[in-house]
Amino acid sequence: MLNTLRAPSGAQIALIKAIVFLVCLLPAFQLALGWRDDALGANPIETLTRASGEWTLRFLLITLTVTPLRRYTGLHWLLRLRRMLGLFAFAYACAHLTTYVWLDQFFDWRAIAHDILDRPFITVGFAAFVLLIPLAATSCAFAIRRLGGRRWQSLHRSVYGIAILGVVHFWWLVKADLLEPLIYAVILAALLGVRAWWRELERRRQLAVPPPAKHLEKKVIRLVQK
Amino acid sequence: MPEPIGNFSVCSWTLNFYCSVFPTLPVSEHDIMLIRPTPDIRPSEITSRALFEDRRRFLARSGMGLAAGAALWHGLGGDAHAAAKLSTVASPLSTTEPLTDQKSVTTYNNFYEFGTDKGDPALNAHRMATRPWTVKVEGLVGKPRTFDIDDLLKLAPLEERIYRMRCVEGWSMVIPWVGFPLATLLKEVDPLGSAKYVEFLTHYDPEIMLRRPVLAWPYGEGLRMDEALHPLTILSVGLYGEVLPNQNGAPIRLVVPWKYGFKSAKSIVTIRLTEHQPPTAWNRATPQEYGFYSNVNPDVSHPRWSQATERRIGELRKRKTLMFNGYADQVAGLYQGMDLRKHY
Repeated sequence: MLNTLRAPSGAQIALIKAIVFLVCLLPAFQLALGWRDDALGANPIETLTRASGEWTLRFLLITLTVTPLRRYTGLHWLLRLRRMLGLFAFAYACAHLTTYVWLDQFFDWRAIAHDILDRPFITVGFAAFVLLIPLAATSCAFAIRRLGGRRWQSLHRSVYGIAILGVVHFWWLVKADLLEPLIYAVILAALLGVRAWWRELERRRQLAVPPPAKHLEKKVIRLVQK
Repeated sequence: MPEPIGNFSVCSWTLNFYCSVFPTLPVSEHDIMLIRPTPDIRPSEITSRALFEDRRRFLARSGMGLAAGAALWHGLGGDAHAAAKLSTVASPLSTTEPLTDQKSVTTYNNFYEFGTDKGDPALNAHRMATRPWTVKVEGLVGKPRTFDIDDLLKLAPLEERIYRMRCVEGWSMVIPWVGFPLATLLKEVDPLGSAKYVEFLTHYDPEIMLRRPVLAWPYGEGLRMDEALHPLTILSVGLYGEVLPNQNGAPIRLVVPWKYGFKSAKSIVTIRLTEHQPPTAWNRATPQEYGFYSNVNPDVSHPRWSQATERRIGELRKRKTLMFNGYADQVAGLYQGMDLRKHY
């Protein structure tokens, strides 16, 4: 059991992936059933918009949790779930945007353009969505090979900024009670904070070690002088 | 005491995920008080068999044991008031538009004292005892007086007023209120010539209400004297021919149909006539977004969203918002010569 958790076999990973996939679909499934049964309250379109938006944020945060969790638990196979979780964040973002464009505005492109240009909370939300597209598009192994690991990684670091835009989008939309967006903001701050801390540790580690190159340099110079 | 299951319900648990982690609304002995029968309600008026059966069917369909248990608890005790019928006379000021269904009117509410999610008031407001209840009328009046709620109910014939209600968030309803003109009450206390404004203060009890200072409690609202005396302005004590449910502002609330919903203060305890414009809750919270007047106006956007359209609850497509919520013929004169962009 413990061994499985430490280092699951290929088949076990496939099973875990399948289970996580189904669990990630549950909110969508629940909302779809609610829509069908008219069980989403007095304002079902608002419920759908709100829920799909919150699930986008949650999946973004869950995706950002993979690396710290992996580092602190040593469960390195968690990394193999990250792409799926990130793609679920994108899927819920698509559902969120579709609900807004179709159900809420009913393809009133003028009103939508007005919203994107004039309403800062919609501007940042839309920007976050647009920035997610290249990440989703380059999530396959082929794209990683094509881009090269380093370039792929620096592109995908933009997810930090996207998550910030997502929380700002929620923060600016709320009328008065900031408790919920505050909770997302605190979690995001912790997830980004831990990365900043690692970076700082790495910097200190590099400073602490005397660069061995210095001695060599001198020797080289001396040799040349002789 | 069975503890109501907080904010947990079948359809909205995703929205309430974090609220249930942070319970802010304590339960107290006030739960018990509401079950006590009130003097003016005969046992025969309490929840009819048919209505009760209806609820049982609804609960059976909703299917989730815990949530159903909580709702059943409310059904037996908490809603005893709501089923009491009121006799009313029709009003020529009513609209003939189709009504928003009663379930939506009583489960989709903004009553921040009971939680900031629109489902919260229906779950939590049963904690508020609406008897005994008095409304103090004071300030610049010849005859200041404290009215008992049961005397207020007999002050004037109760009218059914079917009004459009437009929320500042962009949704609207058509609600059959039961009430009487605010002017009737104000005449009883003999307003002085110096009275220019009317301030409304609402019930606040930290034991049973939100303690986080989301707004400045108690919630305060205000009207100019001519707005307060306008025949469309009523004090409501019921809806759908029944005593006002707690989540809708029982036992007595203001209804000003040409202004955004938040102007219509709920569960009023003090009415004060003043010379100067009183502070109002949303204006204090975000002055650049919510003005003192807050008349429904499709041409003046909320800084963060458009007010040009609205979604009528129960409808899928948005409809155009009307100036003064469609009451321009009756109220536009009150604002003649005023710049409504400045006095939003």
